[in-house]
Amino acid sequence: MKYFSKPAITLSIAVAVATLSTTPLAVAQSQAPIKVGFMLPATGTFASLGNMIENGFKLYVNEQGGKLGGREIQYFKVDDESDPAKATDNVNKLIKRDQVDVLVGTVHSGVALAMAKVARETNTLLIVPNAGADVITGAMCAKNIFRTSFSNWQPAYAMGKVAAERGHKKAMTITWNYAAGTESVKGFAEAFEKGGGKVTQSLTLPFPNVEYQALLTEIASQKPDAVYAFFAGGGAVKFVKDYVAAGLNKTIPLYGPGFLTDGTLEAQGAAAQGMITTLHYADNLNTPRDNTFRLNFAKAYKTNADVYAVQGYDAAQLLASGLKAVNGDIGKRDQLVQAMRSTTVDSPRGKFTLSPAHNPIQDIYLREVKGNNNEVKGVAMKALADPARGCKQL
Amino acid sequence: MDISTFLVQCLNSIQYGLLLFLVASGLTLIFGIMGVINLAHGSFYMIGAYLAFSIAPFFGNHFIAMLLAGVALSALFGFFLEWIFFSYLYQRDHLQQVLMTYALILVFEELRSILVGNDVHGVKAPDWLSGGVSLGGIMTYPIYNLFASAACIVVAIGLYLVVNRTRLGMMIRAGASNRDMVRGLGINIRLLYRIVFAAGVALAALAGMIAAPMASVYPGMGGHVLIVCFVVVVIGGIGSISGALIASLLVGFVDTFGKVFFAQLSGIGIYVLMAIILIWRPEGLRSKGY
Repeated sequence: MKYFSKPAITLSIAVAVATLSTTPLAVAQSQAPIKVGFMLPATGTFASLGNMIENGFKLYVNEQGGKLGGREIQYFKVDDESDPAKATDNVNKLIKRDQVDVLVGTVHSGVALAMAKVARETNTLLIVPNAGADVITGAMCAKNIFRTSFSNWQPAYAMGKVAAERGHKKAMTITWNYAAGTESVKGFAEAFEKGGGKVTQSLTLPFPNVEYQALLTEIASQKPDAVYAFFAGGGAVKFVKDYVAAGLNKTIPLYGPGFLTDGTLEAQGAAAQGMITTLHYADNLNTPRDNTFRLNFAKAYKTNADVYAVQGYDAAQLLASGLKAVNGDIGKRDQLVQAMRSTTVDSPRGKFTLSPAHNPIQDIYLREVKGNNNEVKGVAMKALADPARGCKQL
Repeated sequence: MDISTFLVQCLNSIQYGLLLFLVASGLTLIFGIMGVINLAHGSFYMIGAYLAFSIAPFFGNHFIAMLLAGVALSALFGFFLEWIFFSYLYQRDHLQQVLMTYALILVFEELRSILVGNDVHGVKAPDWLSGGVSLGGIMTYPIYNLFASAACIVVAIGLYLVVNRTRLGMMIRAGASNRDMVRGLGINIRLLYRIVFAAGVALAALAGMIAAPMASVYPGMGGHVLIVCFVVVVIGGIGSISGALIASLLVGFVDTFGKVFFAQLSGIGIYVLMAIILIWRPEGLRSKGY
């Protein structure tokens, strides 16, 4: 017994017992699927966007053989109807009724705000795959809230810089009167006025109203040098068409964040040709990573990937990086969050890291519409980080 | 705002108001004459828009023919809908009508989702209506919008003539003022109701078809228009077609100019208008009462 001290024996017995007792538990755990709750729009003007996000997410999971961190993934779905009034009820359905491990959603900023609020209160892990509301990774930032898309400020700020550089002095803005719209317009004005321009008037209409004619008349009578518009989905289709139908595109260039022309080009047709927008993704990046992704996406869903698909795909990648670090044990929240926080996401848009407030630090591309594509023309701003105003927690 | 901008904005207001009138006139007919609170009326507007999206490819440049075919189809649809569902609703109270017609909204939305999906669609205006005319040197005004206004005016005049100059119209007006008297005079009230209902559905669907190339066709479009139409009907006075016309134009003006001058408050403009008018005239502008 010379070589084995008493404590060493006790320790080894303890280790053996611990291994024996935890092994079956670990096996059981790896068999129970991780519950992912999708809260996305399935109806209304954003329906197709929600569909792309979900498909993107599932594509990555399927590429990993249906498992993340060694565990099966089980999906739960709620249609958020892009209605902030129903958001709290809907998110509680996923958290309380389905008891999901992680929430993924959504498109509409107002709905996402309500989700973030509930996620903070219940400490549920939340990954936002689109909604750009600045406060989600600003004043409302939290350890358990992540975003794989953008803040409204990001593409808008980049566009403001570009518009000023193009020599425009007087601009008007137009958007829906809701969080995403007003924040986007503010971001544009910030950079545009820093570059020496001036936003003379900000037009708004209620979401999801598409009666633009009166506001277009106002633009026509004011004759600004440029117009910055924030719309998405069906509203974006109609706005761009109406703008051209009113003949305004001939004299007043129309700018916007990429949502104005993303996922909407087929419906916009000739009206959108030549339009300049800024976004964290473009159609012909032509990197090996993006090409593989687009090919796989097209094979799986018989349609071309867009920015929404990329954001959903990256939401799954981000979750995977966290689950990998804890071997699928989603209960180890601190380690999981730490791993997600410090990962570099190998996104089809180009690699990105997360800011301390959990928002992507990413390149914003300058794009031009050619045919059915938003072709990249260059990088408007490199590695642009959201200022995360008001974020105290992180 | 200079004078020519003002005039173009007036044109915008009238165009929006007239379109509202098409939807609201059907609603006020059904509401005023049969006493049915029909929440599903906005769905008929949506059905019209999706109908246009579905049948437009078969008609190409024969846009008027498409509108007529759509009106015939939707009137037929309304005729059977009244037969199967609404004819059982007249003797029920308003709460039951609201529940039933709300259920119909859900059914129609679900059917739409199954049949055409949840995507947003655009409908192309025919070649002879595309393009624009220059108005006052300010902007190019889409010809289609002018056509839409003209079409609405034609329908409004037709409606006026039917309601005020025909025997059917006389019965409709009598029905709006005093239902029991009409029944007492031995008029086939069931058939009258069925015709009025079919006409109401066709008017809403026609509005949807006309709106389709101007507004995008999207799920849930009926809900938005329904609320505005109830505002129109309440302002105009229940059961009054001329009241609905005046109210539609008022709402069109308030909404349009509100958007331009009070952008942040544009969502509430028409409700403020409604409140003011109801304080002044609790029964609406042209109430016939019943």
